Amino acid sequence: MSPGRLWGAVRAFGRFWWDFLVGDTPEIFVVVVVALAIVAWLSLGAHLAALAGVVLPVAAVGALAISLVRAARSR
Amino acid sequence: MVAVTVSSSALVLAGAVFLAAAVEMVEALTIVIAVGHTRGWRSAMEGTAAALGVLTVLVAALGPALVRVPLNALRLVVGGVLLIFGLQWLRKAVLRSSGYRALHDEDAIYQAKVRELEGLGRSPGRDHAAFVMAFKGVFLEGLEVVIAVLTLGTSAHRLGLAVVSALVAVVIVGAVGASVARQLSAVPENAMKTVVGILLTSFGTFWTGEGMRIHWPGSDTMLLGFVAIYAIVVWALATSLRALRRGHEVVA
Repeated sequence: MSPGRLWGAVRAFGRFWWDFLVGDTPEIFVVVVVALAIVAWLSLGAHLAALAGVVLPVAAVGALAISLVRAARSR
Repeated sequence: MVAVTVSSSALVLAGAVFLAAAVEMVEALTIVIAVGHTRGWRSAMEGTAAALGVLTVLVAALGPALVRVPLNALRLVVGGVLLIFGLQWLRKAVLRSSGYRALHDEDAIYQAKVRELEGLGRSPGRDHAAFVMAFKGVFLEGLEVVIAVLTLGTSAHRLGLAVVSALVAVVIVGAVGASVARQLSAVPENAMKTVVGILLTSFGTFWTGEGMRIHWPGSDTMLLGFVAIYAIVVWALATSLRALRRGHEVVA
């Protein structure tokens, strides 16, 4: 495979995952990634696994609510 | 008790994959039927078969490789992806049910595809436009099913069950679709999408936590707890948005 075609395939692969994970809802991606970092620190670093277990679903609900409010305001 | 919790998590997994595959299959079938009716069934079926073949190869190639990844790392990454994916589905479903977004109209999609296909020229021999349209429709919709099968199947160490659930959905939707032809709009797609979104988000939360060594109360049973929690949250959010929209309409 030529370098040009390889680069095109890499870009297409990256674009697919970008559209799949970020797409038109970057707020969901950002909130989930930040929440995972906090949960990882709470569970693995601070040994507060019980608190981490509460933060994770609360963050998921928060991400959904933020995204819905953003969508409703834009319409 | 253990047998009951294991089978309940397997049931949730099978249900999630089945519904995800069924929803995507309805969308793919709309395109295939539009191609078949407008341009002829031979090229439509060839495009469909080629796409299904490529998707099968993807599952066969990636599935066994993913199973070898350490379970905690796999559940953390897959859980994160499922969490994002599930929340995206829930967002769409809530916006549709509250009227902020139009319901997925298979009839409108069918008519648009027919108009697009009728405008394309015909070449002698194999109808390349029909083949490509059917291939793209099935492949792109099927790719989401492949991701659901691989992520859910490998993380639960039940890839076989996930594959069989997806295949059953494809066969059932294909058979029903062939018999009702263009009446796919009768399928309660948004309700199915809501259920899939709740299941994907529940699996995402559960596995991400397990990947970060969180011990959920009740172990596998907590998965059902997440399903109940997210179902209540989605109902509350959809109800609130519907009320907000009515309020805006009254003011306007």
